[in-house]
Formats: sequence, structure tokens, C-alpha cells
Amino acid sequence: MLRRRIRSALARGLLWLGALAVAALLLSVAGYVCVRGLPGLSWQFLTGQESALRGTEGILPAVVNTLFVIMVSLAVVLPVGVGAAVYLTEYAGSRRLVGVIDFAAGVLSGIPSILYAMLGVLLFCDRLGLRRTLLAGSMTLAIMTLPTVLRTTRESLRAAPASYREGALGLGAGKWPMIRSVVLPASVDGVVTGCILAAGRVVGETAVLLYTAGLSTAMQDFSGLRAAARASGATLSTVLYVYAKERADFTAAFAVATVLLAVAALLNAAAAAAGRRLRRV
Amino acid sequence: MSERILLSARELDFYYGTAQALRKICLDVPQGRVTALIGPSGCGKSTFLRCMNRMNDLIPGARAEGSLTFHGREIYGRGRDVTQLRRQIGMVFQKPNLFPMSIYDNVAYGPRLHGVRRREALDETVERSLRAAAIWEEVKNRLRRPALGLSGGQQQRLCIARALAVEPEVLLLDEATSALDPISAARIEALLGELKSRYTLVLVTHNMQQAARVSDRTAFFLNGELVEAGPTDRLFSMPRDRRTEEYLTGRFG
Amino acid sequence: MERRREKAVETLFFLCALTAAALLLLIAAFLISSGLPAIQEIGLRNFLLGRIWDSANGEHPRFGILPLLLSSVYGAAGALVLGLPLGLLTALFLAKAAPRRLAAAIRALVRLLAGIPSVVCGLVGMTVLVPLLRERLDLPAGDGLLAAVVVLAVMVLPPVIEVSEDALAAVPRSYEEASLALGATEEETWLHVSLPAAGSGVAAAAALGAGRAVGEAMAVLMVAGNAANMPAPLRSVRLLTSGIAMELSYAAAGSLRQRALYSIALVLFVVILLINALLYFAQRGGRRPC
Repeated sequence: MLRRRIRSALARGLLWLGALAVAALLLSVAGYVCVRGLPGLSWQFLTGQESALRGTEGILPAVVNTLFVIMVSLAVVLPVGVGAAVYLTEYAGSRRLVGVIDFAAGVLSGIPSILYAMLGVLLFCDRLGLRRTLLAGSMTLAIMTLPTVLRTTRESLRAAPASYREGALGLGAGKWPMIRSVVLPASVDGVVTGCILAAGRVVGETAVLLYTAGLSTAMQDFSGLRAAARASGATLSTVLYVYAKERADFTAAFAVATVLLAVAALLNAAAAAAGRRLRRV
Repeated sequence: MSERILLSARELDFYYGTAQALRKICLDVPQGRVTALIGPSGCGKSTFLRCMNRMNDLIPGARAEGSLTFHGREIYGRGRDVTQLRRQIGMVFQKPNLFPMSIYDNVAYGPRLHGVRRREALDETVERSLRAAAIWEEVKNRLRRPALGLSGGQQQRLCIARALAVEPEVLLLDEATSALDPISAARIEALLGELKSRYTLVLVTHNMQQAARVSDRTAFFLNGELVEAGPTDRLFSMPRDRRTEEYLTGRFG
Repeated sequence: MERRREKAVETLFFLCALTAAALLLLIAAFLISSGLPAIQEIGLRNFLLGRIWDSANGEHPRFGILPLLLSSVYGAAGALVLGLPLGLLTALFLAKAAPRRLAAAIRALVRLLAGIPSVVCGLVGMTVLVPLLRERLDLPAGDGLLAAVVVLAVMVLPPVIEVSEDALAAVPRSYEEASLALGATEEETWLHVSLPAAGSGVAAAAALGAGRAVGEAMAVLMVAGNAANMPAPLRSVRLLTSGIAMELSYAAAGSLRQRALYSIALVLFVVILLINALLYFAQRGGRRPC
């Protein structure tokens, strides 16, 4: 009995030790990024532009590019992802088809981003002639984030009570009016969560954008549709890679890393506010 | 009647947070007898049962005041070894809760925990427990099959076997037949009749006929209080308290 | 009119749903069609088992990916050896042992780390881990397989913790009650009942971690040294992912060098599929008799 008690106490000690060690490790990674990054952060850095002539540094173009990529890829992926989720939960008659699409979405979400990068290069940059543009990067990311949007939307569609549907159908509403008026509004939280998660992946993605979206750190011209379609440049995470790996400018790299950390924290808070537990997997 | 008292409650109060679930309970459980706890839902009979092996400890904010002893020692005493206590006082739950393991591993779980490693010793304990729970014949050829493949009644008897394998003195049964079909329930009842020669049984039941058939003593709980306790024959034929009579005649609950 | 609109809407949604399956087919087709020809040209044996990757050599390019493949496997295995036990311990702690408030704080931290871009992990690896290894072990350079393994281990922690904690939290309370009622301590219950009952979730966590580690490109590119050596702990290595990332910008369109990159991609894809298949069979096997 004594031996068992000692062993149990040891096991509990090990649990505390392991978990606190992991927590300390993760905290020190985040803390280290902040400590090295905060000195390089300034209003000027966030809102300025890089200029060798004037000797200024600034990441405003990267911020703008990042927002552009988020908006374009969400605009593409949202209708498709939500539409697919609606079909699977509300229409699909064949279990087989649902299984196949589930399987496909599962595999798609496990494919490494470097493979999406190659797909983007071959399909959007070369074959479709988009060249290395933010647009090509956004399209590639739309493909990559499709499983995420599909899954979260589906989860919340499933959670919408059957009584809603029956209620609406019982009133003589057609299927589509029923979905539009009852089911979709009840699953807004899933759609919003999907958007937030997809935005998170877009912000964090480097490999795809490095090869499909360009590396320019200068401000791009978004004045018209045509100009925006041709815009090519680095997003925040790409800029971080360029600073760190190609210029060895670690002050700037950590400053960008701190910004990215803050964005991740913000997105987490936003997803929590959307009322769902944030799951990336 | 010179019976040895095994479990004894004196002025036992029990609280879930600020809600009082038991009030000044005084009850003796004699050794080698079947004691039934009856009463309407929420009367405290299950809470009282779960005090005996301190399963209530798992609920945050739960606490006991007063005295509850086992072999004369305080169950809620400071430094009491709860695992040892639960080994001596086994429990069978309302719904069968077998582990997702084989039949054999379910029964061997307890002995292994308590340090039995030798193959032959384990085999012997498993067989003895399964025989005692009257399920040996049904499962002896498929001990390695998953336990969750058995029927509900078989699962519950396997739960009893699992509890017996650690050689407890007392077996607590928390509405152990209420989730079963009548035939399975009858088999378990018959089994309890065999077990009472070797173990002290305390059972909580909603079923008054069951209490009357199986138990030697019955205690009637109402709103967290013990209304009346005594030999089952006497209590069912000549209840002393008006509330007991009303309950037994089905006037409430 | 009403009927026609209903039909049109349904068709539209159907096409959306089909997109997911079509995309997977597209990717598979694209990887096979652009990856296979180079393998045929190089020879499957030379490609998979060749020990030298020297694609930039103008006269005698060599396209053996064994060093890349093995480095990827070792990298992922190492990351799991470090990350899985730590992740499981943490998940068990969060699901069972931790005081509520502490658990919430650690969970928030884990989620934050799950959300940061992999380049940030690479950056910290580059500026902290690599110099540390170089100085402590007195090496000419600190970047290599070991650095990659450590960075990958940190990166797989958040997903491993999240998935296995969910699995542990989903273990029915009644299993644990049964164990406690038999006189098991809480710790024994977690180890002998909760963890095995969460087995398939834990397997899923391991597979997810392995997939992440095999698929990560940027962080590895920043800390692994990127020389196409056969793997050894302190040697500079190139993984399948970083091998693609290294040359994707340089290889001329249509050249054997570029096509060979697509062959690497095909191998990477197959490895990912294998991990998923293993998980699938592990979970099915787990439900059979013990």
C-alpha cells in the first residue's frame, strides 16, 4: 500500500512537473519574442514604409498586403465552404457522397502547405497567368482554408436543432427559404469561427505566399481592380522570413514576430467571443 | 439479537456546498446482513450510500459532519486512507460501468492494482469472482473478448464480479437493477441472496418489493432525514411512523 | 418557378460540396502527372535510394532523395519522441489534475502558441537554439537535425495537447468512478483507465503531430542547415519540405530539376497519406478485442 501511495504521489508530481515545464517552455517562447520585439516596435514602424534613401523601416505595406490577402481568400472560400457545408447537412441524400467529401476534406487539411505552394505556382502563377501576385497567393490560400471553413460551418449547422427546421417546413416554407431564414442564421457562430480560423491560417502562412505572392516590401497600388489584381508583395509573415533569413535583421524580425503574436492573441480572443472553443485541428 | 455493527452513523450531516443533503442521520448496519435504503428520489439515500465509501469526495464542495464509522473507525477521519476504505467497501453502480477492456482484464483490474501479479493467482481470483457473481458459465469461453459486448444484465453481474475480486467486506449497490430488464433484475436479486452469506450488503432501491424480498433490515429516508429503520418484516407490516406508512402504501413518491 | 429555384439552389450547393473532392483529385492528379515523369527519368531506385542530392550540378546532376527522406522521418520521429510524452502529460494534467484556473491559463497559452506562425518558431530557433547548440556542444555550426527536432517538438506540442485533452475529457466519468470504487488512487485511475480509454484520441494526436512535423517547411528551413547530408543528430540536413522550399524559386520551368521537385512533393504526399492510413488502421484495430 505504501508503495502504491508513493508511486501515485510520484505520478502526480510528474504530471505537475511535465505540464508546468511545457507551460514554462511555451511562455518563454512567447515572452522571448516580446522581449526582443518590443524595442523595435514603434508607431512609425507599424505605419511607415521602408526606404533605403531615407533610412526608414516600416511594415505598413506588409500589413496592407496581409489584410488584402485575408479579404480576398475569405471572399473566395466563404461561399464555397458554407455552400458545401449546407449541401452536406441539408441536402445530401447519399451517405457515400458525404463520406467521400469528408475524407477529401480530411486529407486536404493534412496536406503540407509547401505542397499547396507548388500547386499555386503551377496552377495560378503559371497556368492561369496570374504571375506572382497577392491574388495568386490568395487563391491558393482559399483552397488551403476550405476544409477549415467547411468543418466549422458544418459543426454549427448540425447543432441547429431539428425543431427549427421542422417548424419552418411545417409552416409551408420551401427548403431553401427554410435554410436561409432559419438554419443559416442559427449557425452564424460557426461561419464566423470558420472565418477567424481561416484568417489565422492566412496570417500564419509563409510557405505559400513566399512562392506565389512575391517579396516586395514597397507599397502596392490597390487603387483599382486591375491594379489590385497585379499587386505583388510580402505579407507580415513573409516579411519576417525575409528580415530573418535574408537580411539577418533580427530587431525588425522580432518586431514583426511580436505583431504576429498579438494578432494570434486577438484572433483567439475573437474566436472565444464568437462563442465556440477554438480548435485548429 | 447480538449482531456486530459494521457501519455506524451518528448525527451525520452532509452538505453539497451550502445545500444540506443529510440531516442528523443515525443508523447501524449489522455485519452479514442485507440493509435496504428506500425513499423517494432526492431523499438522500444515495448520498448516504456514497458516504460509506466516500465516493462523494469527487463532488467539489461536498463535506460531511458528525460521525460515520466502519469497524469503529471514522470514515471521514483525518488521515483515513480512502483507497483502502474503498477496497474494503465495494460498490456497484446503477448503470453497468465496465472498462473498455476484455472480460478478464475487467475482473483482474482490482487485484492487479493491489499488487497481484502472478498469472495463476490472477486466473484463480478471476474464476472465483466470476463464479461468485454467477456468470462464470456464460463467459468462461470468452474471457478475452471485450466486456462491452455482453448484455446489460451480464454486464451488471460482471460489475459485481469485478467488485468481489478485490475481496471487500461490504458491497454497496446503488439501484443496481433499475436499469435492467425484469429477468436480468431477478437474476441479480437471486445472486444477492447468495452473496449475503459472505458479505454485508447495503442496497439503495426504488423498488419496495425488491427491498421486501431481499433485505433483512430497511431504512426509510425522506427529505434528507432518516424517518424510520428496523427489521424489514416489521417495517413493512407495522410501520411506526405515519410517513413510512404513507410511502409504503404508495401515497407519495 | 418555385421548384426551378429550389433545384437551382440545390445544384449550386452540390457543386460547392463537389469542390472539396475535386480539389483533392486535382492535387493528386497534379502531383502524379508532374512528379512521375521525373521519377521515371531518374529511375525509381536511383531516386528513392540514391544517397546524393546534387541537382544544381550542371554536368552531372544527381537526384537521390534518401538523405531528404530519412531526415524527414528522423525529424518527425524525434519531434514525436520529445513532444508526444510531454504533450500527453500536459493533456492529462489539464484534463484531470489541474486546478481549474491554472488549467484555463495553460490552455490559453497552448492556444496562443498554436496560433503563432511557424516562421516565428523558426526565428526563435535561429536566434536562441542554434547559437546555444553551437556554443554548448562546441560545434562549428548549431543548425542541423537536432535543432530541427527541438523546434518541431515545440511546434507539435499545441496540437497534440489539444487533441489528446479533448479525448481524455470525453472519457465517461463512470469508468473513472468504477476504478476509484475498486480502491484505485486517482493517479492509477488516470493511467490505467482514462488514458487507455482515450486511446484512439491519443493515436489521432500522434498522427496529427507526425503529419505536422513531416509537413513543416519554413521553421525547418530556418534551423536545419539545409545541406543534403545523410542524417545524423548534429549534422546539417535537408528535409523533404525544405528540399522543395530551397529550390522552388531557382529551378527553371520545365527542367528536370524542377520536375524532380514535384517528384519530392509526390513522395511527401505519399508519406502524409501513409500516416493517415496508419492512424485509420490503428483506430480500427483498437476497437477489436484486447
